[in-house]
Amino acid sequence: MSVEIRTVQRGSMVLVEVCGEVDLYTSPQLRAEILKMAAGKNLSLMVNLECVTYMDSSGVATLVEALQHVNRNGGRMVLFGLQAEVKEIFELTRLDKVFDIRSNFETAMKWVTA
Amino acid sequence: MSKAIIQIRDLHTRYGEHEILKGITLDIFPNETFVILGRSGCGKSTLMRHMIGLQKPDQGSVFVKGIDLLSAGEKEREQMLKKIGVLFQGSALFNSMTIGDNVALPLREHTRLEKSTVDIMTRLKLDLVGLSGFETFMPAQLSGGMRKRAALARALTMDPDILFCDEPSAGLDPIVAVGIDHLILKLKKAFKMTIVIVTHELASVFLIADRIALLHDGHVVFLGDKAAFKKDGNPVVRQFIERLPDSEPLDGSKYLQTLIGDSFHGI
Repeated sequence: MSVEIRTVQRGSMVLVEVCGEVDLYTSPQLRAEILKMAAGKNLSLMVNLECVTYMDSSGVATLVEALQHVNRNGGRMVLFGLQAEVKEIFELTRLDKVFDIRSNFETAMKWVTA
Repeated sequence: MSKAIIQIRDLHTRYGEHEILKGITLDIFPNETFVILGRSGCGKSTLMRHMIGLQKPDQGSVFVKGIDLLSAGEKEREQMLKKIGVLFQGSALFNSMTIGDNVALPLREHTRLEKSTVDIMTRLKLDLVGLSGFETFMPAQLSGGMRKRAALARALTMDPDILFCDEPSAGLDPIVAVGIDHLILKLKKAFKMTIVIVTHELASVFLIADRIALLHDGHVVFLGDKAAFKKDGNPVVRQFIERLPDSEPLDGSKYLQTLIGDSFHGI
């Protein structure tokens, strides 16, 4: 299993693109990358999960930790492009009530710039 | 139908001279809830122990995801076992550890996740089983049903592909027991796990089973879905469904032999 993570920053806007399977073995890599980005002040962190084919609870926990850091640093965070199975995990763990989740980049961008 | 996730072939097990399993052959498929049903002492739990690699067959084989747990190399076996969750009959929580530490233990032992990630995962699993806020409690401070739910949270800690439950409702009142059954159904739907349940509780079977294997006298005497089980004419199945007591006539000479042992032959 592997995961690829790409990050782009433009001013206060950060885009994190995650691709592949996020599990017990790959989530530490996601954690390292996303917490590095979440450390900035007053950022808008957009996380693209379009090509995440599997996410276990360690991946979900990593995103919760990132949200905690972003909130603490006065920023905000949005997830978008969740595949049906990944979305189900968020619903089961009731984290769909905790995260701002949008269907695609355009709607996530709209939320960030609103 | 997809390829079996668990394949059992001609499995025989003996305890001394007593043969418990007499050539069991079964296929369990991905994402199904498979119930192994049978009377106390029929070998249900023994069969489950074979599936999790805790017991060596006297004859036959058990493959889990194509791997024979007993002949697999140590690394392969460890990788496999990490993706198997087990809810033991007596919950098997460590009494000297808090509920949170019990649930976190597999992650601390088998992964390199940061403490913060482990803590969040632990709270997520406790929330899933309705035990949010109980992580600092000791097992002795919880009711039987809550301990069972905590043990279920621990079995789910590593996001298993296959969850084994040995008598999940044993010792619980009917309301708590049905709560555990509903929880298992919810988890199955969400995590798309294969669930293998050993039980003799018919109410539970009719609620959660996709397929049922009825064990009797070391053999599978019924294999099929709930509808077929209810209609099956096999006397062992009927006895189970209609809750009938044993009606075998007593063989007087055999009984006498049992009572007087070897001296019988000297009469």
